[in-house]
Amino acid sequence: MNEMNEVRKPPVATTGIIGWLRINLFFNWTNSLITLFVVYCLYQFIPWILDWTIFSADFKYNYLGEQITNQEMCSRNLDPENGGACWAVIYVRFYQFIYGFYPKVEVWRVNLAYIMLAFALLPLLYAKLPYRKYFLYFTYIFPVIAYFLLNGGLGFTEVSTNKWGGLLVTLVLGCTGIALAFPIGIMLALGRRSKLPVISMMCTLFIEFIRGVPLITLLFFGMVMLPLFLPEGIDMDGLVRVLVAVTLFQSAYMAEVIRGGLQAIPPGQYEAAKSLGMSYWRMNLLIILPQAIRISIPPIVNTSIGLFKDTTLVIIVGILDLLGIGRGTLADTNWLGLSYEIYFFVSLVFFIFTFGMSRYSLYLEKKLKTGINMGAD
Amino acid sequence: MRSNLGFFSDEKFRSIFFQTLVVGLFALGLFFVITTTSYNLEKRNIATGWSFLQNPAGFDISFSPFLEFKSTDTHLKVYFVGVLNTLLVSVTGCIAATILGFILGIVRLSSNWLLSRLVYIYVEFSRNVPLLLQIILWYSILIQLPRVKQSLQVLDVFYISNRGLYSPRPIFESGFSYVSIAIVLALISSFLINRWAKKRQDKTGQQFPVFSSSIGLIFIVPLILFFILGSPLSFEHPELKGFNFKGGLVIRPEFIAMFLALSIYTAAFISEIVRAGIMSVSKGQREASAAIGLKQTWIMRLIIIPQALRVIVPPLTSQYLNLTKNSSLGIAVGYADLVHGFGGISLNQTGQAIECMAIVMATYLSISLTISFFMNIYNRSIQFKEK
Repeated sequence: MNEMNEVRKPPVATTGIIGWLRINLFFNWTNSLITLFVVYCLYQFIPWILDWTIFSADFKYNYLGEQITNQEMCSRNLDPENGGACWAVIYVRFYQFIYGFYPKVEVWRVNLAYIMLAFALLPLLYAKLPYRKYFLYFTYIFPVIAYFLLNGGLGFTEVSTNKWGGLLVTLVLGCTGIALAFPIGIMLALGRRSKLPVISMMCTLFIEFIRGVPLITLLFFGMVMLPLFLPEGIDMDGLVRVLVAVTLFQSAYMAEVIRGGLQAIPPGQYEAAKSLGMSYWRMNLLIILPQAIRISIPPIVNTSIGLFKDTTLVIIVGILDLLGIGRGTLADTNWLGLSYEIYFFVSLVFFIFTFGMSRYSLYLEKKLKTGINMGAD
Repeated sequence: MRSNLGFFSDEKFRSIFFQTLVVGLFALGLFFVITTTSYNLEKRNIATGWSFLQNPAGFDISFSPFLEFKSTDTHLKVYFVGVLNTLLVSVTGCIAATILGFILGIVRLSSNWLLSRLVYIYVEFSRNVPLLLQIILWYSILIQLPRVKQSLQVLDVFYISNRGLYSPRPIFESGFSYVSIAIVLALISSFLINRWAKKRQDKTGQQFPVFSSSIGLIFIVPLILFFILGSPLSFEHPELKGFNFKGGLVIRPEFIAMFLALSIYTAAFISEIVRAGIMSVSKGQREASAAIGLKQTWIMRLIIIPQALRVIVPPLTSQYLNLTKNSSLGIAVGYADLVHGFGGISLNQTGQAIECMAIVMATYLSISLTISFFMNIYNRSIQFKEK
């Protein structure tokens, strides 16, 4: 027992912060040069962007301490030398961004729907939720509740959809589109894999047609052509027409994703179910679909992210979603020229939703991988 | 058990029964739609048919780089201008997105932590913000550029203003056709040289300087010819006259915004595809090629990329399809593509909604099918060849 047996520590340069820096940032001289260059660029850029968005920005009052009510009162318009972003536009128009033109007296209904949406999503997103079964019952009846809450009826005063706007429309379109497209997508996927040639051909044609054309043409279809196809007297609401188009579009993509999941189910599962005497529907509902949907959840979330972003397209057919309210605000002479602030805010809202969804899909993928490995025999 | 429904448990009968049912219902629905539509059209005094295509359009298209367009031209010409504009922004966008995407995908895997983080942030922001918002944002940046009178000058020949990018327009004189023929011939011969060199290398192991000889053929030979023929090419420079530039080649801000947004947005997706492709090549391949002494750049070019391409190409195809379909968002900034020009303005002027939408949808379908057709051929050529 002497210094011969003493454990020697690794060289300083390979461990700890210094080691990490050496390996990841200064591995060789080109690497070091790149690092220094990037650091220099960031050094130039970050203070500027922080200054613009936070330190020199107006949130509610300008630098004279007045409350901002139009763009002329923004610090940067009073004094172009100093003054950054003018977030007051978001502050003033916040109600419109979140609720559109929903009457202020009734706005508690939207708030309640937002809260209930969170509770309805909870059991879908988190499988280990205690009392998940009861939460799921709530999820199933939530669309009905939300319809009466938002639209009116059952004692609530009616609020027509042309008063809806902003985040409300974005969420209604996104959630309804995804929720309706899911069952239709399953039917289309089963239909495409069906042994009955006519059904399989019709589903394939439908899916490939929808996937081959841009969403905007389907929105035009819903807006311009759908009224021509329907008999007189049936006057469809603008939002419903857009929803039809969005749902058709999303269900085709959903069908392809679910078909991928169906293809991954080994034939033994089908054979085993059939040998137990199960009918086609029993086999699919009890054996095949639960497994197929489980493995296709990450891509389902990914197409849902796509749909959520694509809901912005409805502004082209005149529906005011979050982006539509932003553009409407810009067209207001009171807030001319504040495009960067408004687009920054709208991007940020979308980013929070879509980035959250993509993180969730990654988490699922990881969970699924370990789950499958554990289940493999 | 079910004696009274015996024929119904016969699988063949059931299959025919259900299919006839579906076809019947479909035909019934179609019949219903057609009758109500024709009734509705009659009531609104809209005549069906394709004759409206020959009527004069009566509006101008600001951006039509390939065909001269006047307001007296027909709606059919609006369609062709639209298709060309759609193809122009799609093709340039695909090329730019591929180049940028590959670069970013490789940089994302760089051993430099800071650089790879930076690309990661770019990818996340670009993927998670709606494309339409990005297009509108780029457009609003471009139209806030200085006015024409104060336009920024780059290299004395390019002018950038809120009306777009003005550059000299090349004017090809009589002898130039020889030069272009020479370029085409050089391209073909360098392609043949490449094939011959590959065959020879496979047989004998001898290498041939394909790259430098191709450069020589493609650039230097036509250049010599160009000067021999007395430089048959001149430029028409844009000149400031009154409130706008006259002459020269103008690239409108609508196109630039579409091009930038489409390529930057799609590049983020492509870079992730490229990253996944490169990571799918097993580590042993890299180590083995390093062990036989290949240079780092050669390892990438000869070993990693060809194997990664097998994983990359199928999702890349769907990105190209997405970009082409997304080019329809030009309507938001007034880019006169197929949807905006023909499906938007022509439709509104003629009221022929069904015909216009059918043509637009059919065109997108055929563009999509063409892209998948060629990408499938390419995909087959790079897949593993079982011997």
